[in-house]
Amino acid sequence: MSDLLGLHRPGTTLLHRLGAGTKLLGLVVLGVVVVLVSGPVTALPLVAGAAGVLAWASGGVRPVWRALRGVLLVVVLLGAWLAWAQGWERAVERMADVATLVLLATVLTTTTPIDAMLDAITRGLRPLRRVGVSPEGVALAFSLMLRSVPATLDLARETRDAARARGLERDPRALLVPLALRTVAHARATGQALHARGIGDD
Amino acid sequence: MTPTPGVRLESVRVVVETVDGPLEVLQATSLDLVERRVALIGPNGSGKSTLARLVNGLVEPTAGRVLVDGLDVVESGREVRRRVGFVFTDPAAQLVMPTAAEDVALSLRRTHRDPAVRRRAAEDVLAAYGLAGLGDRSVHALSGGQRQLLALAGVLATGPSVLVADEPTTLLDLANARRVGDLLLGLDLQLLLVTHDLELAARCDRALLVDGGRVVRDGPAPEVVEHYRATA
Repeated sequence: MSDLLGLHRPGTTLLHRLGAGTKLLGLVVLGVVVVLVSGPVTALPLVAGAAGVLAWASGGVRPVWRALRGVLLVVVLLGAWLAWAQGWERAVERMADVATLVLLATVLTTTTPIDAMLDAITRGLRPLRRVGVSPEGVALAFSLMLRSVPATLDLARETRDAARARGLERDPRALLVPLALRTVAHARATGQALHARGIGDD
Repeated sequence: MTPTPGVRLESVRVVVETVDGPLEVLQATSLDLVERRVALIGPNGSGKSTLARLVNGLVEPTAGRVLVDGLDVVESGREVRRRVGFVFTDPAAQLVMPTAAEDVALSLRRTHRDPAVRRRAAEDVLAAYGLAGLGDRSVHALSGGQRQLLALAGVLATGPSVLVADEPTTLLDLANARRVGDLLLGLDLQLLLVTHDLELAARCDRALLVDGGRVVRDGPAPEVVEHYRATA
């Protein structure tokens, strides 16, 4: 659960050797294609293809299952609602889209060190410095976003355990309120830690 | 003029707003800290963490000023943060990258522009703090002691001249607390150590006993620790 989007796994595949900027751009383009292409007939091959690429890049099917397991509940709930509201075809298409995007994102994080991604984003956004954009700031925000997903899931698990220990696992307030407070506290603590390390000063 | 080395507090007060009105968490305090290892001890809520956080600007004084090597912490915040490292009690929030090597590399981005050189430097830093071979390990998969060592390594990689450590051994088991404590006391920089570990505090050169938002005892660490043991 903690490594929802996967950790970098050193390797020698073509995807490992590709530049981080190329892969980021590829992810953006593929993301747009996945969202624009409609119908389960195309969505399902896309999810199968993404799963195959991840299995190849990470050396097995276990990372595929781990990536999908992290979003399984959300995908199932989304699918159930869409099936009820818009029909099963739409539900299958959207469920497959979410799964494909998660798998493709995991391919990126599995084959690319975060450090290389930071460099690629900083390089790519350098021209925007003239209009006031801080490339280092955007790159840092990107990496913090990647880190915050598993961190928030960890907080959710701890909060659920705490509620369960008091017999309050069925009370949404005992889950949502502490989770919101702890997430904000974690964000503040992370901000303080970055501030203390002087990261973001440049 | 040569800047005054060390940490100086000049009539520093800290007042925070609470739902019950203003609360003075640190009364007017003046200090010159030039010793290599200074311990801050005292009960919970006494103001010792506030005092420590003043040193790198995590807390700003309501009145007075804080100087590090002659630099005002508020006016020269960026320069001061380059000189003052900070280690928190819980390393979880301090480790912001997925793997150990990437977290150290984040600290090295300013000084090592080339990614390959930075990666090697990060591995060297990890090895220096007993974390060799753990570069690709998820920070989640590290033990509590390893996480605190990693947090420490990430801060020390920036080459600070002052390190503030806010209860860095509180969450650790006995063996890891000793390991981190020994490492901290052996560092070749000025250490400001907030701690409830009185054995560790007694090994410092100087100790400040903080209670009720003021420094109530200040002197050689063994004496101050003994006084605290006798009166707590």
